[in-house]
Amino acid sequence: MLQISQVYKSYGNHPALTDVDLVVPKGVVFGLLGPNGAGKTTLIRIVNQIIEQDSGTVELDGNRLSPEDIRKIGYLPEERGLYKKMKVWDQLIYFSRLKGLSENESKIQIKSWLEKLEIASWKDKKIEDLSKGMAQKVQFIATVVHRPSLLILDEPFSGFDPVNAEIIKNEILELKEKGTTVILSTHRMESVELLCDHVAMINKSKKILDGTIREVKRSFRPEVFQISLNQLKRDLPMEWTPRLSDDAWEFTLPLAGKTPNELLSEMMDFGEVIVFKEQIPSIEEIFIHQVQATSDE
Amino acid sequence: MNKILLVIQREYLARVKKKSFLIATLLTPLIFPAIMGIFIWIALEEKGNQSLRIIEVIDETDLFFMESSEQYAFTSSGDDLEEAKKMVLDGERYGFLHIPKLDLTSPKGIQYFGLENPSMSLIGYLEGALKRKIEDQKLYEQGIDPKVLKEIRTDVSIQSITLGEAGEEKINDATVNYALGFATGILIYIFIFVYGNQIMQGVIEEKSTRIVEILVSSLKPFQLMMGKIVGIGAVGLTQFLIWVVLIGTLSSVVMGVLGMQMPQQQAMEMASPEFAEVSPDSGELGEMLQVLSGIDFMALITSFIIYFLGGFLLYGALFAAIGSAVDSPSDAQQFMLPVTIPLIVAYMGLFVFVLQDPTSTVSFWLSIIPLTSPIAMMGRISYGVPFWELALSIFLLIGGFLFTTWLAGKIYRIGILMHGTKPSYKILWKWIKSSQ
Repeated sequence: MLQISQVYKSYGNHPALTDVDLVVPKGVVFGLLGPNGAGKTTLIRIVNQIIEQDSGTVELDGNRLSPEDIRKIGYLPEERGLYKKMKVWDQLIYFSRLKGLSENESKIQIKSWLEKLEIASWKDKKIEDLSKGMAQKVQFIATVVHRPSLLILDEPFSGFDPVNAEIIKNEILELKEKGTTVILSTHRMESVELLCDHVAMINKSKKILDGTIREVKRSFRPEVFQISLNQLKRDLPMEWTPRLSDDAWEFTLPLAGKTPNELLSEMMDFGEVIVFKEQIPSIEEIFIHQVQATSDE
Repeated sequence: MNKILLVIQREYLARVKKKSFLIATLLTPLIFPAIMGIFIWIALEEKGNQSLRIIEVIDETDLFFMESSEQYAFTSSGDDLEEAKKMVLDGERYGFLHIPKLDLTSPKGIQYFGLENPSMSLIGYLEGALKRKIEDQKLYEQGIDPKVLKEIRTDVSIQSITLGEAGEEKINDATVNYALGFATGILIYIFIFVYGNQIMQGVIEEKSTRIVEILVSSLKPFQLMMGKIVGIGAVGLTQFLIWVVLIGTLSSVVMGVLGMQMPQQQAMEMASPEFAEVSPDSGELGEMLQVLSGIDFMALITSFIIYFLGGFLLYGALFAAIGSAVDSPSDAQQFMLPVTIPLIVAYMGLFVFVLQDPTSTVSFWLSIIPLTSPIAMMGRISYGVPFWELALSIFLLIGGFLFTTWLAGKIYRIGILMHGTKPSYKILWKWIKSSQ
């Protein structure tokens, strides 16, 4: 779907993106992660042709980006707004037509979206008269009204109340079902694990991580096991820092060169094994760990 | 191109549909005549109600007999200066004029005493009257009979007529030309300022509400900027055309009320060839009509539109660039100066040079240089401008706005995405230089 190769961009002497490669497969939700100032927005702006890279290529469906691709992309920027004094309907028509839809096509699309998100009765209201949540629904419609095949959402849930965030999340998943590719840039790791199939991390202008959620988690598992024992036969070493919860002792142990089975049989000598489970890091833990690791360099 | 049209349409409709636009458009042509009318009415009222101001005169030469007018009456009740001053202090007299013994060749020492600071018109009136008396006296001493003198005195007014190349004669009137140049020049000045500011506000609004990021993902920043400038320019043009129609209708109604011929009949008369020949004895009213008919209003309106558009595009681009570089209107102040100065120079030049002497060298340059020409040239149009000067001026104006638009485009496309930094001229220059 989207292939980014060796993209470099600098502002003055300050590099914003250093030789970034990314492949976004069709029909996935792709999480683009990174701390503030890492270069995410620059990358997104390049894909949206708002700015141009200094070198490298961006291809959409196998072709270099061209002005015609604007129609294929829907973009919800992190910093977003609407004309306060304009009516909902006029505003949506305007954005839709700027994306290249005809007036009739725009009307049909907008009508169905307004009904779908249950704000049809507000179409003649000005944005300034709308609640924040409602304005954000309008904003979302403006992003997807032209049925883009690539949807780029920069912090889509910021400012949404939980109810509306849920609605938008479901809309995103529904669009994905219909074959839309979604790039999601966010700090909210819980939404990444819920929504994304694939993640990439950018820090200090460089890509530091890329892969499916499962691959990433696998490659970052710390090989630590969570263990729970009861009916102890022997005393547990103090350095394991066991905690008693109900009548079981809980602690974690690294494999330290052993296989899981070796560790398990070792444990069986201490007592009855109730829980023996590998610790899988959350994306958030990986994120923090990776950012710290690359920042220390 | 299609997208620019969409932006133009939005900018235009968003403004024209506003109630404030409708009110401003309908009321402005009424407000100015109304204010003028109120002042004239107050002045007339005052004149009518004003009690005659009595001025005591002590004339030690016995040469001056001051003639009373509608406003001032002169009395002479004695020779005592202190008495006369007391009359003023007691409020019996408005003022007191003391004419000491004079040497007529260099009359000095004439004094006026009053409770209030005398108005310019009173002093002027007294000076004029005394001057005339002294001159009369001198002529009389040279042996000229006052009766003869009265017969000699004649009122003269010159009818000025320009000869066209085809030999046709047109009556013109410096006052009417002045008024037209003044009005159209000021109008362009106001339009550029008011609508230029709207461009700036609009750009700042889109930038500060972050709509711009969504917009530039759909179209090029340059398209967005041009759409905004042209759309707002169209609003200004609409307003102007409505005013032309309104004033045209109003003035024909007023003329009708004043019992003059209806405009249609006038037009028919004007079309007839005899009218082109100026008849020297066609009363003042007729003369006024002839003066107005001698002015080519179509040419005036056409050149107004050309210079309005040219000037507006030139300055509009600069206003857009300023708007894109800042985060809020208050930050815009520092960049406003280089844009305001040429506008004010043009405005001052209009009064000091162009309207005083439309063909002087300064007037010529002011009306050729693109930054000042939209305002300065309007001051010259009604006096008639050689074709080549007009062509050169318009050509340079077009070049000027192409240049400022190019310059503004470079600043705009970077500026609209920059937040939180207060740019300096150095940074703006960097943006202009950067290729990307």
